[in-house]
Amino acid sequence: MRIVIAEDSVLLRAGLIKLLETSGFEVAAAVGEAEGLLAAVREHRPDAAIVDVRMPPGFTDEGVRAALVMRREAPEVAVLLLSQYVEERYAADLLSTSTSGIGYLLKDRVADVSVFLDALRRVAAGGTALDPEVVSQLLLRRHRDPLDRLTPREKEVLALMAEGRSNAGIAGALVVSESAVAKHINNIFAKLDLPHAEGDHRRVLAVLRFLDGET
Amino acid sequence: MASISPARRALAHAPWSPAAWRDTTFVASGVPLQFAGWAVLGSVWPFWAPVNATPIFLVLAGTCALTLLALRPLTRWQRERCWAMLGLHIPSIPGFDEGRAWEVLRGLRKPEVWRMLRYHLIVGPLLAFGGLATIAAWAGGAILACTGAYTWALPDTSPLSSVDKAHAVRVGMLSVVGVLLLVAAPWVAAGVRRLDARAAVALLGPDRAAELERRVEDLAEKRASVVDAADLERRRIERDLHDGAQQRLVSLALNLGLARETLTGVPDDAMRVIVEAHEEAKEALTELRNLIRGLHPAVLEDRGLDAALSGIAARVPLEVRLRVEVEPRASSTVEAVAYFVVSEALTNVVKHARATAVDVAAIREGARLRLTVADDGVGGADPSRGTGLTGLARRVRSVDGTFRIISPAGGPTTVTVELPCAL
Repeated sequence: MRIVIAEDSVLLRAGLIKLLETSGFEVAAAVGEAEGLLAAVREHRPDAAIVDVRMPPGFTDEGVRAALVMRREAPEVAVLLLSQYVEERYAADLLSTSTSGIGYLLKDRVADVSVFLDALRRVAAGGTALDPEVVSQLLLRRHRDPLDRLTPREKEVLALMAEGRSNAGIAGALVVSESAVAKHINNIFAKLDLPHAEGDHRRVLAVLRFLDGET
Repeated sequence: MASISPARRALAHAPWSPAAWRDTTFVASGVPLQFAGWAVLGSVWPFWAPVNATPIFLVLAGTCALTLLALRPLTRWQRERCWAMLGLHIPSIPGFDEGRAWEVLRGLRKPEVWRMLRYHLIVGPLLAFGGLATIAAWAGGAILACTGAYTWALPDTSPLSSVDKAHAVRVGMLSVVGVLLLVAAPWVAAGVRRLDARAAVALLGPDRAAELERRVEDLAEKRASVVDAADLERRRIERDLHDGAQQRLVSLALNLGLARETLTGVPDDAMRVIVEAHEEAKEALTELRNLIRGLHPAVLEDRGLDAALSGIAARVPLEVRLRVEVEPRASSTVEAVAYFVVSEALTNVVKHARATAVDVAAIREGARLRLTVADDGVGGADPSRGTGLTGLARRVRSVDGTFRIISPAGGPTTVTVELPCAL
């Protein structure tokens, strides 16, 4: 799998390259700013790009803007955004265009090597990876009403689903069987009156719409 | 008070006392200066002859201009007289004593100019009459007191040197009047001196109210720049931490994570150390992230108060009903304070209030930003105890905001803060 990295910290860029190469990915290019990222994506047409949100020259949200350009120019390239903080507002902006092939994670997550690589693979395969922190923000926001009807285990499943995990991923994380997960998910959709959706990222979209909706 | 006996006071004002002489020289030296205003006013009139038809308004304009031009030197001399003879310092007036001489001409709207005119044309000349009276008292007193000696020194043939008894009585009375005048002269001098000093301070120095106003403006400006600088500094620290320590820590945690996943054949002890270090590094990252977010969240700058506040609202393990209506945005320093207020207030609610729900509102009303954080908890919050609330109040005051907390025992607690939208 071919990856382009855009990260302005030299140290972290080197770390990411090492991490990806040890884990069997091919790093097509590693750049330090948004312009270079767009050029590298045009040149190499990678499977996925790992993009730092805050990059030169402005050090605000260059990465997000570059990601939006990439979505237009090369929609087949998956984007995994890394940020020092996750803000639900940014997540909402990002996901408003599409939820396929997109990820938004705290930068800290790269330290959990296998979880991070799992998210990268999921995004590259057209799925979604949303940081648990964002999901918990969304869950907290939706405090009352239908969520109270869920059992604690079902809430855990809902959070993992919102992060973009597949049934197998959820089963792995909770150490239960996949069929148990499927049962939980059916219950959740029924309790929350969600339309049944096929495919992982459609499901994510449904869940996110529910969580993000006002009351 | 009032412990000074009349005898002491009389002694202090005795004709030979230093105070008497100081007052007298002060008052006497004032006379020519105090009449100078009138002199300037009258100086043009001799040149006005209706016959050669110099228009009256020209003469009037000339008089006014001359008087105004004379104000500054006259005032300076008067101040110097006060300083040299009484040690009384009358500060100069920033807007009046600086600049070129003719700039006074444009100053008719300035209250200082009118106060000067009052001194030099009205109060001063009246005081000058007081000064003349003082001089007259001294001179008259001295002459009359000497009457006896004078008549005694005259040759017997002089018509004034009569041996007549009635004449002797007249001479004696005149001498007594003279001595009385000499005794009174220091009192007159002291009175005139006191009036003059008071008038000079009030009319020739800076106006206290105006001075205070200027000072308040100056201080407000300085404070605003200090607050802005502090805010800027906070942002700089945030950026430095982000670019430095945080990147390094992520990189460290990444390497440790990599070691943990990929190293094989490592002794168990060594592996345990690696795992512990990895977990520590992740903890440190979380702590650092929270610290940085508390300093100045990047989202506040990018997206404004609404986005930043919904960020904290979402992090609080309570039901938070958030209402933000701040259009147009407040200044970035005020936004930072507002963010801090809500963040601290919510932290307090979580720590102490035992509440189940909080209402947070940030509403712009004209030039004011009103923040309310109302919970349904147990109340009893005391701003005099606990550093959270005092820090909050201090930060609010730093931008001229108001802070109110209503928290009866048993609850609920409402914190209301009003901030100006611009500094």
